Amino acid sequence: MKGNEAMAEAAIRCGADGYFGYPITPQSEVLEYFMAEEPWNRTGMVVLQAESEIAAINMIYGGASTGKKVLTSSSSPGISLKQEGLSYLAGAELPCVVINVVRGGPGLGDIQPAQSDYFQSVKGGGHGDYKLFVIAPSSVQESADFVKKAFDIAFKYRIPALILSDGAIGQMMEKVELFEQEERLTDEQVIEKYGSWATTGKTADRERNIITSLDLIPERLEDHNKQLQAKYKKIEENEIMFEEIHCDDADHIIVAYGTSARICQKTVQLAREKGIKLGLMRPITLWPFPKKKIAEYGDTKKGIPTPDEVLTAFEKHFM
Amino acid sequence: MTDKELSYCPGCGHGTAHRITMEVLDDLDAIKDTIGIAPVGCSVLAYEFMNIDMQQAAHGRAPALATAVKRLWPSKHVFTYQGDGDLAAIGTAETIHACNRGENIVIIFINNGIYGMTGGQMAPTTLPQMKSSTSPNGRDTGTMGHPLKITELIAQLPGVHFVTRQAVHTPGGVRKAKKAIKKAFEQSFENKGLCFVEIVSNCNSGWKMEPRASNVWMEENMFPYYPLGDIKVNGELISK
Repeated sequence: MKGNEAMAEAAIRCGADGYFGYPITPQSEVLEYFMAEEPWNRTGMVVLQAESEIAAINMIYGGASTGKKVLTSSSSPGISLKQEGLSYLAGAELPCVVINVVRGGPGLGDIQPAQSDYFQSVKGGGHGDYKLFVIAPSSVQESADFVKKAFDIAFKYRIPALILSDGAIGQMMEKVELFEQEERLTDEQVIEKYGSWATTGKTADRERNIITSLDLIPERLEDHNKQLQAKYKKIEENEIMFEEIHCDDADHIIVAYGTSARICQKTVQLAREKGIKLGLMRPITLWPFPKKKIAEYGDTKKGIPTPDEVLTAFEKHFM
Repeated sequence: MTDKELSYCPGCGHGTAHRITMEVLDDLDAIKDTIGIAPVGCSVLAYEFMNIDMQQAAHGRAPALATAVKRLWPSKHVFTYQGDGDLAAIGTAETIHACNRGENIVIIFINNGIYGMTGGQMAPTTLPQMKSSTSPNGRDTGTMGHPLKITELIAQLPGVHFVTRQAVHTPGGVRKAKKAIKKAFEQSFENKGLCFVEIVSNCNSGWKMEPRASNVWMEENMFPYYPLGDIKVNGELISK
């Protein structure tokens, strides 16, 4: 199946409660798959085509505020429209999954695969000082698996998680092994698990729950920001993922993620056949980024070439 | 209501509108089953005063939040509380589409014809010739457009079940408005479609008047343009 379809199917299977999206090439298959598959009949999952990307991300805010497992997807120009919402989601510490099937930019760009949303993704993207958990699949298999992973991290840390795919992986058809269907939480289970913060209705036994990113008292807002930074530090310490291919004896190591990493993997193979000791380091989480690991190479390796597609993005990490 | 002191200007209608909304939810024994959405604007802090679970939305997006909440929790009462800048300017798309989908939510719309929170700028609902900080010589409809009757506009949509326009500056008005809000909550809860209650209110600070004078001005100027009464009942437009 296509990468886009695999992500939709994985969302159904990991017990997501709601998807809210808007069509844009090259990710429309996500919404189309949901509408054809009718998960409301399979698991009770809600699916809605919103009137805009802005409405969709705010539906995510509303749904996530109630402790439900919700996701949206879009492609670059649409993801730009979602940035305000992402900032609010990060500020209000809401768990959710957002998929970006990246296309060329800036502006309307084109509909070809690209990695040019790298900075927007790993630096926050909207206003304010915040991070998203960013994970980049390089295959259809990972596209499916990372939906589950992204939800796990999102709920573990109450942080929006971004799956950074692109037009190649989204459209590409590959074999994929899907995990078994997991049960959706019942309303009662949601209240039990997330009732300490989620807006599920104020019962007599607790104070009311408020979801907001507003705090007009400067000291309190500063404390909130410090707490966010502490959380990000914890994620940086615990959640970095990467893959190394032939790095141990390599003289040179290519650093590339997603589609580029697949191309580079072939490059490594061809180079090795010619006796060139080339390796590949593939960051899987782009935030948190495996920068410590890459810094270690500096002592032993001769150089780190980077593919053009990610050049502007990566060079600033290393220069 | 919580014990928190209201942040609204003395004389403003927001406090009364908050109170009757909460009284209705109490009367319906719905406090434990209600999720409210606060806007951006003067009532951005509504969640400080309404003693229920609440979410605070980005500017104009409250109906999108409410859409998701109601669809994910169909057994709950869901409402938004929005001002005219939030609902009829930046949030026009979210308002119209939530109405058009017939979401089973309640929208309480406070229309005071001005941006109160930011200091009295022109709103989509500002009357012709009405002065504001961004229309200091009065709203020139030739260049600044006409006041938007969004309530009449959304009443045309098939997904909308009940639309009414009320006021809360007199005891009689408060009683009628409360009755209308109660009807809105009951009918949206019965999945009849979106129920929309506009409350035309004063903004004595923004209008630069003392409270009583602002109420007289509202009766003489706002009500002729925004006439009170039901606009759509049981899915049928009221012909006038």
